[in-house]
Amino acid sequence: MEFALSEEQVLFADSLRGLLSERVTIDALRRHAETGSGFDEGLWNNLVELGLPGLLVPERFGGAGLGMVDAAVAAEVIGGATAFAPFAGSVVMATLAFIHGATEAMQAAWLPRIAAGEVRFGVGISRNGGQVQAAIDAGAATHLLVYLPDGNAAVITADEASAQMHRSIDRTRPVVDLTFDPTQAAMLNAANAPQVAMQRVLDAGRVVLAADTLGAAQHMFDSALTFVKQREQFGRIIGSFQAVKHQFADMVTMLEPCRGMVWYAAYAQDALPDEARVTALQTKAHLGDVGREIARMATEAHGGMGFTDLLGLHYWFKRIMFNRQMLGGPELCREEAGRLQGWT
Amino acid sequence: MDLSLSDKHRALQDEVRAFVREHGHKSPKLGGGRKRPDQKTRDWQKLLVDNGYVGRTIPREYGGFGAAPDVLEAAVIASEFAAAGIYAGMTNQGISMLVPTLLEVGTEEQRKQWVEKTIRGDVIWCQGYSEPGAGSDLASLTTRGVLQDGHWVIDGQKIWTSSAHYADMMFLLCRTEPDKPKHEGISYLLLSMKTPGIEVRPLRTMTGRAEFNEVFFTDVRVPEHQIVLGRGKGWYVANVTLKHERSMIGNAEKMTTRLEQLIALLKANGLLGVAEYRDRLLKLQGEVIAWKAHNLRLLTEAAQGVDSGVKRMIVKYGGTMLGFRLASLAIDALGTAGLPFESAGEDAEDDDATTWNIDYLYDVGLMIGGGSNNIQKNIIAERGLDLPREPKVARA
Repeated sequence: MEFALSEEQVLFADSLRGLLSERVTIDALRRHAETGSGFDEGLWNNLVELGLPGLLVPERFGGAGLGMVDAAVAAEVIGGATAFAPFAGSVVMATLAFIHGATEAMQAAWLPRIAAGEVRFGVGISRNGGQVQAAIDAGAATHLLVYLPDGNAAVITADEASAQMHRSIDRTRPVVDLTFDPTQAAMLNAANAPQVAMQRVLDAGRVVLAADTLGAAQHMFDSALTFVKQREQFGRIIGSFQAVKHQFADMVTMLEPCRGMVWYAAYAQDALPDEARVTALQTKAHLGDVGREIARMATEAHGGMGFTDLLGLHYWFKRIMFNRQMLGGPELCREEAGRLQGWT
Repeated sequence: MDLSLSDKHRALQDEVRAFVREHGHKSPKLGGGRKRPDQKTRDWQKLLVDNGYVGRTIPREYGGFGAAPDVLEAAVIASEFAAAGIYAGMTNQGISMLVPTLLEVGTEEQRKQWVEKTIRGDVIWCQGYSEPGAGSDLASLTTRGVLQDGHWVIDGQKIWTSSAHYADMMFLLCRTEPDKPKHEGISYLLLSMKTPGIEVRPLRTMTGRAEFNEVFFTDVRVPEHQIVLGRGKGWYVANVTLKHERSMIGNAEKMTTRLEQLIALLKANGLLGVAEYRDRLLKLQGEVIAWKAHNLRLLTEAAQGVDSGVKRMIVKYGGTMLGFRLASLAIDALGTAGLPFESAGEDAEDDDATTWNIDYLYDVGLMIGGGSNNIQKNIIAERGLDLPREPKVARA
């Protein structure tokens, strides 16, 4: 029994963190925020060199063949950096959609191109056929993968849909609505139980969004902690006031168990099928709630500076807001977890 | 990341399961602890010691099982006993605090005299630490010990002394060096509760029970050699024990059990169909998942010999708050049916409503005892997050 990251996972996280700290500086973030497309070619090429797009792609298709714990580790680093790069939709959900729901021929056609970073998928869920609200990673996608109500997925090029890109509250990822004609699309329909395959993909998305929130919340906490150890008022470091200390004790007591929870949910997706669904839903819900609290308290700890655009802390605040609503907010995720356990 | 057990631990799991099948019927009921352990409990305790499920890592020369330290073994044993609903052995302060302390800093004679009797349940200890004027600031304690004619003469008062009304012995912190700075003036003594001059008065709490006592000392004479480590070393000795603290390892099982009982209660009362109750239950389930996963991290780090730092420090605060929220939902699910409160007394089992009420009330005590949550938050912030201490207030 070992519930800890492996040496390889720690090294991988370190190299990804190193790259993002160089490329996603606060100035780069501000520049990106003007368009807010969620995609930057230079940064993407760096991530391709690191092998990130092929993280979950099996080795026989040119990927690293790693699992959901590795994806969660990457997502935590990406959220911590508020990186403007497609990950949850393109690297995790689309890849798993092919692995769980496509024929061998389709896998052979698409997975190597995903691993090479040549194609980037936006992922949507359509309730009524051809309409999608708030597709994930669709801002600069080359292709789109849209789940239909029956659990099968349509695969189209980005040009085949009409996309409406909204200015998002989160300046690192856009909100994109899609309209397309599913009757014209190539279908991903090789799963024996398409609804089950779709849920696995959605749950994987929930786990990495939760991990992204964990990273963003940890960044805000660390930044606030550094601030209160430097800022002086009334002739004292403000972090020496008990009221301030107790807020930090509350924050760390909420936040630290979330890391184990994210790891556990990620591990469950690959290794504990009986617990996979409930832990994914519960983890998405719990990180949504803890993320909101940490975002508020960490901003407050910075005083007036926290409220300014100058400090830029709000980019993380809004990243947490965005993650909370995608793939179901806390109440909806919990309700589904309750339904799965027969609690009605 | 791998949650499966190694061959060695799986073999231990099989062994414990076989033990439970063969001997489980001899186990006393869970709970209790306010009365002196009865014959059945003491017999069970000896069976556990002989099989290495209690005192597993204590050297054989002191009556233990002599196994190499392995926190995962301890976790496997705890989890099997919890799953079977079987009593995992006495958890009194003699076993959890005094024994590890003597093994680390006691004399050979003290270890030989006390360790085996204590783990086998033949000698029951109580802890004489807190005083009316020394709670969170324990090192300001004022119970005196003065050396006269080869004896420490003790005068003063202790409070919150659980099991003092039936204990055989006490490990006591008292001030023997009044002229030294407060942390350096304390000594750690071992004394018989039958010594003349000791008076024990029960202390009734808000649960309606007397879980604790007050203990009064008037010219109590303790032989000089019954000191651990030496004069003025008491604060150091008391802190040795803290290193052995692994508080969460047992509590994750307890939290799971309590969540399961809560689910059953809501189901029985038809409240799973009420959205507000259901959502509260689901939120609590999420928190329990998070703390169980956190516990797995702590367990792994303990097995690797890593100091978990702030991750360990948040456990008491987070755990007691979660325990209280679990009991709170149960109280709300019971509604007016939870208001009749008729404790059946110490010899009988309480009904479910009274049990939940006692848990609910007792959890408030847990937030205060053993370092109140406000003190825990200071520790988390100062030792865990390296925030500066409060400036010292000059004494008038």
